Amino acid sequence: MFAVATIAILLTMAMALARAFLGPTVFDRIAAVNAFATKTVLLIAVYDFLIGRPDFLDIALLYALMAFIGNIAVLKYVKYGDLSMVADEPTSERREAAE
Amino acid sequence: MELVADIVSWALLGAGSVFIVIGGIGLLRMPDFFTRLHPAGITDTMGAGLILLGLIVQAGFSLVSLKLLLIMAFLFITSPTTTHTTARAALAAGLKPLLAPEADRKDG
Repeated sequence: MFAVATIAILLTMAMALARAFLGPTVFDRIAAVNAFATKTVLLIAVYDFLIGRPDFLDIALLYALMAFIGNIAVLKYVKYGDLSMVADEPTSERREAAE
Repeated sequence: MELVADIVSWALLGAGSVFIVIGGIGLLRMPDFFTRLHPAGITDTMGAGLILLGLIVQAGFSLVSLKLLLIMAFLFITSPTTTHTTARAALAAGLKPLLAPEADRKDG
């Protein structure tokens, strides 16, 4: 049954990648990449049980943490056009200032 | 006892796989960005939850299942947060959701 779960996860990863390539807007790509990252966590967990050596679960946990932070960073970059400024200014002035 | 744990974990893994594939198909088929967030959420919470639960039942009472529980708890917290922030960022960037055409809208 682990093989079935692995195949299902790989299939979904392929679909998420397809959406990442097809996605018209950048936010489709962000959502697809985030779904892909979560599936990587699952793939590591299921693969550990497939080979019977549950040593890589720490990596899966760390990857889940990093994927979340990475996603928020990309969103902040896309939303504000820049990562370094204070986030409480309204977006419109920030956009004019950037141009 | 071992057989029962196997059967339960296989059922959970199977259900989790079904949900994950449904989420994947939904990710491709949905017409608009905001509707695509829903299947992405399905795979994150339901699919991942059932699969990890199946693995926990398989791993029994050990450190491994503690790690799996931590992963599951973390995914349940961050996945909705990520979906929420993505939707907010999209709205702030001016991406309008695909509403029904003006003619057949119920609420006028």
